[in-house]
Amino acid sequence: MDVLDLSRWQFGVTTVYHFLFVPITIGLGFLVAGFETAWLRSGNDRWLRLTKFYGKLFTINFALGLVTGIVQEFQFGMNWSAYSRLVGNIFGAPLAMEALLAFFLESTFLGLWIFGWERLPRKAHNACMWITAAGTVLSAYFILAANAWMQHPVGFLYNLATRQDNLRSYFDVIFNPAVLMGFPHVIAGAFLTAGALVAGVGMWHVMRAKTPAADVRAFRSAVRAGAITVLAATVVVIATGDIQGKMFTTQYQPMKMAAAEALFHTARPAPFSLLTIGNLNGTRAIFEITVPRLLSFLATGNWNDQVQGINNLQQHYSQLYGPGNYTPNVPVIYWTFRGMIFAGLLAGLIALFTLWLTRRDRAPKSRLMLGAAIVLPFLPLLGNAFGWIMTEMGRQPWVVWGQMKTAQGVSAISGGEVLASLIVFTLLYGALAVIEAGLMFKAIRAGLPSAEEAQVPAQRAGSDQTEPTLVY
Amino acid sequence: MHLSDLWFIAIAVLWAGYFVLEGFDFGVGILLPFLGRHAGGGAHADPASGDLQRRVMINAIGPVWDGNEVWLLTAGGATFAAFPAWYAAMFSAFYLPLLIVLVALIIRGVAFEYRGKRDSTRWRAGWDTAIFLGSAVPALLWGVAFGNIVRGIPILVSPTTGAERFTGNFFTFLNPYAIGGGLTTFTLFTLHGALFLSLKTTGDLRKRARRTAAAAAVPAIVFGGGFLAWTGASYRSGTTSGAAIASVTCAALAAVALAAVAVLTRLGKELPAFTANAVAIAAAAASLFTALYPRVLPSTLGAANDLSTANAASTAQTLMIMTVVACIFLPVVLAYQAWTYWVFRKRITAPRVAAGPVTVPAARAPEPEPEPGKEDRRHRGLLHRHGSGGRDKD
Repeated sequence: MDVLDLSRWQFGVTTVYHFLFVPITIGLGFLVAGFETAWLRSGNDRWLRLTKFYGKLFTINFALGLVTGIVQEFQFGMNWSAYSRLVGNIFGAPLAMEALLAFFLESTFLGLWIFGWERLPRKAHNACMWITAAGTVLSAYFILAANAWMQHPVGFLYNLATRQDNLRSYFDVIFNPAVLMGFPHVIAGAFLTAGALVAGVGMWHVMRAKTPAADVRAFRSAVRAGAITVLAATVVVIATGDIQGKMFTTQYQPMKMAAAEALFHTARPAPFSLLTIGNLNGTRAIFEITVPRLLSFLATGNWNDQVQGINNLQQHYSQLYGPGNYTPNVPVIYWTFRGMIFAGLLAGLIALFTLWLTRRDRAPKSRLMLGAAIVLPFLPLLGNAFGWIMTEMGRQPWVVWGQMKTAQGVSAISGGEVLASLIVFTLLYGALAVIEAGLMFKAIRAGLPSAEEAQVPAQRAGSDQTEPTLVY
Repeated sequence: MHLSDLWFIAIAVLWAGYFVLEGFDFGVGILLPFLGRHAGGGAHADPASGDLQRRVMINAIGPVWDGNEVWLLTAGGATFAAFPAWYAAMFSAFYLPLLIVLVALIIRGVAFEYRGKRDSTRWRAGWDTAIFLGSAVPALLWGVAFGNIVRGIPILVSPTTGAERFTGNFFTFLNPYAIGGGLTTFTLFTLHGALFLSLKTTGDLRKRARRTAAAAAVPAIVFGGGFLAWTGASYRSGTTSGAAIASVTCAALAAVALAAVAVLTRLGKELPAFTANAVAIAAAAASLFTALYPRVLPSTLGAANDLSTANAASTAQTLMIMTVVACIFLPVVLAYQAWTYWVFRKRITAPRVAAGPVTVPAARAPEPEPEPGKEDRRHRGLLHRHGSGGRDKD
């Protein structure tokens, strides 16, 4: 493997790993803030206990999202310096704003939330988590706007003298149509992820024999809240995914969608592939089961419209951009696309099933439900990873679509350096994943803190000179 | 003044802010194994109360370290946006040192959060090591990196693509001047951490932090003074005369501030000493950045390969938007970060019965501390004795 392949692997490993934690942070922040607000409104201890329980999961998860986020920001310059030099005028600004507007907000107010239980008035304390959650969403917007620009570059002019992209309209970059649809898709995906975690963990406790009756009631509330979140999020994910599919097929990256459907030849009307097995070099299908006309409808909204195929697009791009391979890895795109959709829909179905089983004060004990509850939190994690792999690998060979190929963006560094960092990061991420999972399972097994443990002492009088509370 | 000059200043301010803020939490991490022991020390040391001391130290920086680290992310993002060529050349040239820093920051960040989540001595000892290494390594390497930036690194600008290529290797960075820079940041941050702890803790820990600060001031003055003098003597040839004067002035200010730290520490003036050290760190950073100006990354392979505020900057349009956003939001950020420090302004003390996620079993709980009021008086007493003291040096 050369510097390019190693750098791509490192970017992929870091990004997919980072994005295991990010959606949980985004969605769970809002759910924990909501639980705390429910406690303040109702005065019912149940919500405080849930706040503390899920708040602990939030902090365990946040730590890894935070530290891998530093790598995310640094690796553009470290591994993709030619890319960074080309696009810094445009791509750098959202990253800088993400740090200034969002990272400060998240880190500062989460610090206040974790350490401020006794220092802050209750409403102010609750506000800290709402602000943290808002910070995570703001952060997502900036980084998604940056990514959307790579997918569909707008608002810039290439400067021949400096060989850099110059900003023409920041408005166009920040309100890129690709981010306007990508952002709700990712945020809804994050709510789906966090809702699934809350519902799955809660359901496991509801069905566990040793959970006390009062805790079953509390967890039942969490299960309902989580499952409703998943269901609502699933609807938004489907709607925004559908719109994005149409945008990309007809305008931005028809090649990505052709690869996602393994549609090798332009067709009018185009059939939808239920199962396609391609030949080894990925240029034609050797076996397929299709639904006539469905792809035309999904991709364009019309049952009769044309959808462009991989081979035709390859020919078209060769003429437009010069000879070269413009086809992404079709099997990866095809299967990750399906994996993403399947994982999301299954999570939605389990949420629906959960809501049905817990209707009107019911607290079921069913083996099937237990299995579903354990699987549920993992499904969106898979779906998120598949989605990113599909959209990023589907953009290949471009790093900035139509402008710079990934191979041109890589740093002038040695393969040995990248191999070393890839090995170090992979081992470190692996070890931290084991530790994080261990802590998560321990915190989950421990169950709800008792009402006494969860209790928040009255705010300390201002005259004290010292603070005898240790949180860590 | 061009916008690119303004952004050079902004990035210098962000790095200075990062060093002033994260400097003390690096210092607390470095001191963790040394100050996080019980008063008796040696064979009489009670492991459980040593753990309690370490928890006090970690809780002292707990609410703020993460926000402090965001200054680094903001500096990185601002460099990317305002000087893409600088960001690209610097981050790829410093590939291996940055890898080491990233690994250190990863294990450190996780360690703070995970240390208390399991009640096991081995578990916590492991994370304590992670906090120490994760603090000590970046504290050293940031200085090495900045020494190399000021000194210049071997980079070549390609005439065909305009891209910069680093022609050195890892050992290029290990020159005496840059190592001097590393020792400067390491000793300054250690001192900063000791001063912060003297300001934020009580009892025995506070006393020992103060003694450590008095001791740490000496190497900080030696290395910091030597490094800045070397900078002034050797590495300002490429700057404008105005910047050279500013650099020497900042170095002198840093030296005066460090001398003040030494005096104030001995006088037991904790807040003024900490403030003076913050000034010293900021002035030292300013001295390095002004020694660079108008270059941002000098090349040792001829001035034609230098990156400067002129040839590395983004266009005026990008810089203008960034300026507007920064003018609106930076004051807001500063306001709420300052508010956090206000909320957590009180000293941290070990609770009589440890509360929180890790419950120290009652049998291992520390001996009760005196009443807060009495304790304060005891400290004033200690202060007077301090000159002749050092009776129980551990």
